[in-house]
Amino acid sequence: MSKAIVLYLHVHQPYRIRHYTVFDTANEHDYFDAAYEDQESNERILHKVATKSYIPTNQRLLQLLRDNPQFKLSLSITGTVIEQLERWSPEALDSFKELCATGRVEIVAETYHHSLAFFYSRAEFEMQVDMHKRKVQEVFGQTPQVFRNTELCYNNDVAFWADKAGYKGVLAEGWDPILGWRSPNFVYRPTYTNNIRLLMKNYKLSDDIAFRFGDQNWSEWPLTADKFANWLNDDQESTNFNLFMDYETFGEHQWEESGIFGFLSHLPGEWLKKEGNTFMTVSEVIDNFEAVDTVDVPNTITWADTERDLSAWLGNALQTTSIQALYDLQESIVTSGDFALIEDWRRLQTSDHFYYMCTKYFNDGDIHAYFSPYKTPYEAYINFMNAYHDLKFRLSQKGVAV
Amino acid sequence: MLGWELPPHNSGGLGTACYQLCKSLSKKDLDIEFMLPYSADHGIDFMQITAAHPQGVTEVIRSGIAYDSYKYILEDGSEEYLDIYAQQQLYEHAVARLVEEKEFDIVHAHDWLTFRAALRAKEAKGCPVILHVHSVESDRAGSAGGGNPLVQEIEGMAMLAADRIIAVSQHTKNAIHRDYHIPLDKIEVVHNSIDPAAFEPLDVTNAYKYLSALKAQGYRVVTNIGRLTIQKGLPNLLQAAKLVVDKHPKTIFLIVGSGEQYYELLTLAAELGIGKNVLFTDFQRGKRLRDAYGIADLFVMPSVSEPFGMTPLEAIGYGTPAMVSYQSGVAEIISNCLKVDFWDIREMANQITAVMQSDALRDTLHANAYREFETMNWDNASHKIEALYKHHLAGVAS
Repeated sequence: MSKAIVLYLHVHQPYRIRHYTVFDTANEHDYFDAAYEDQESNERILHKVATKSYIPTNQRLLQLLRDNPQFKLSLSITGTVIEQLERWSPEALDSFKELCATGRVEIVAETYHHSLAFFYSRAEFEMQVDMHKRKVQEVFGQTPQVFRNTELCYNNDVAFWADKAGYKGVLAEGWDPILGWRSPNFVYRPTYTNNIRLLMKNYKLSDDIAFRFGDQNWSEWPLTADKFANWLNDDQESTNFNLFMDYETFGEHQWEESGIFGFLSHLPGEWLKKEGNTFMTVSEVIDNFEAVDTVDVPNTITWADTERDLSAWLGNALQTTSIQALYDLQESIVTSGDFALIEDWRRLQTSDHFYYMCTKYFNDGDIHAYFSPYKTPYEAYINFMNAYHDLKFRLSQKGVAV
Repeated sequence: MLGWELPPHNSGGLGTACYQLCKSLSKKDLDIEFMLPYSADHGIDFMQITAAHPQGVTEVIRSGIAYDSYKYILEDGSEEYLDIYAQQQLYEHAVARLVEEKEFDIVHAHDWLTFRAALRAKEAKGCPVILHVHSVESDRAGSAGGGNPLVQEIEGMAMLAADRIIAVSQHTKNAIHRDYHIPLDKIEVVHNSIDPAAFEPLDVTNAYKYLSALKAQGYRVVTNIGRLTIQKGLPNLLQAAKLVVDKHPKTIFLIVGSGEQYYELLTLAAELGIGKNVLFTDFQRGKRLRDAYGIADLFVMPSVSEPFGMTPLEAIGYGTPAMVSYQSGVAEIISNCLKVDFWDIREMANQITAVMQSDALRDTLHANAYREFETMNWDNASHKIEALYKHHLAGVAS
């Protein structure tokens, strides 16, 4: 009986809105083009992340793929980051292509624009999933088989949709209130579906790497590859350990100085020492193991914050009014036939914009602040709404009443 | 304690800060005698209040404003008006005479008007002196290093001679270091605070009936409350107001206060063509003051240099979110407010316009700010000050 590590890394960068004022509205339409030295410069941030994370991590992953025939992993990579790599770091994009060329790296389906469209417009959502599929086919030469929704947003409807759309699997957070006494380390089947399978993130093990790895106050610090492999080996029953995390864990959230690259380089060797241990991509684990039970998720779960709900994106009036206003433009925008306008509208749908407006932990200067290029959630909202008003201005210029 | 004013006879934040601080300190094992330069009934029972009159003066009647002349009524019945510098000198001599008969352990003096008096007390009794800096001369002058050299001399000399200095913000600590080269480790930051329990609920009917009517027609109101003086940065606010009105014509700016810039600001509003959108109310207190906070959709404090800045916290207490300049002490202690550089007129206008256009922004900003406001109190400040007293009294022979 084999046991598999299912390593799945999520690669994403949004198009951050520059400091875009009410005086720019109706005058400039370059919402995403901050000056290079500005906090919100997408080009500068991409260069930084490519240098600190994408290029060095892919080097190590490629080496691991060459050295260990059993090593495999899965990636999701959004359309917005692929575009930015094409434009500003072809070298990093090539390194992703090299990984895929080994045949042991599986790309996961999602929305092109990393949006919450599933909850606002099913037609728009399907369009973005399709755009992403075509982009992945064009760039990486493969067709995704397993779906993940933005931020691991998941409920029974997501599973039902993905099943009907023909995916063999869907990813979600392995959140205790959902699983109860059950373990995330097995394959499950979503309720109300027959064909599709559900893989649930083992957030304890994943967060040991993604969040706690460099924390010197953590009782398990320093976390070594052999220690981590021993934890998994001690578990006799499990079939698959779903380690799902942001790709930027390697070199960006956890800096090189923390030893994260050493951990990554040694983990496959330590894990594969024991017979029966292997790595699987998300499709393979579904093909290899039977579903042990059904899982019912009537309410939406995500992989964010202690609440594991949508409140990081839709938790206050700034977030809900701005996202509703944006989706209210759907029909006028999509029927305008103006592709630049449609694309800007889609870039504004990226969930990160709403995350920057989150106020729930603002006082504590926490993780939300770490990910935001803006000083306050209020500035994020002001920039966004000024850009939104400009979209409306552009529509009005085309004679569309809004 | 040596101070210049207490409510209800205060002209601004200094009197309120002294009152609240002493009230909190009085809960500790401390006896406070507060010496003022004028005579009045304050209705205060938690400390002793003494009028430090000069000899030969039977009564000092202060006017409403800090920098106006006081009327001195002499023993022979005659009256005399004195300017602020002369008042400060008279206060110094009066305090010097009074302290000779008094027993006390420490002198705690608030702002430059009382600093010479504090040094005289130290000279007479050898006790430690703590200077509490609510503002420095360059703040009031509105330019770094600027101001009246006579005042600067008093501030500089007193701060050198003092045992310890309390600054009401990091902003003020930096200014003291910059202007007077006082070592940073001699300056303790003790932020001002606010007492949420002291807030009276607003009446159902607002005193600004005209503004209430305009709001019903979709207008939004921006309020500023403060002295009309260079420190407060109001010309920049009016320049921003012009840009806001261009984008959102249904905006009214309510300017509450008096000061030497009054006519200048009035003229500027007219020249900018926004005379209809800018209302000046003069100095207000009581219901009209509370309602000026309450009627607003956004309170703006655009100060060029504000040592602390109590008004944004008061606005939040009365239901209105705030915008403050980064050049203020209060910006250091509140997260959920809009912050701009005082000189960045376009950004000020950008953010004000956003609030005018979005009730969601106004309401979210206020709801989160109010949560911060509710946790505020003066006890943290008085704990820190009590610790400073103990530190400076340790080892001093009684």
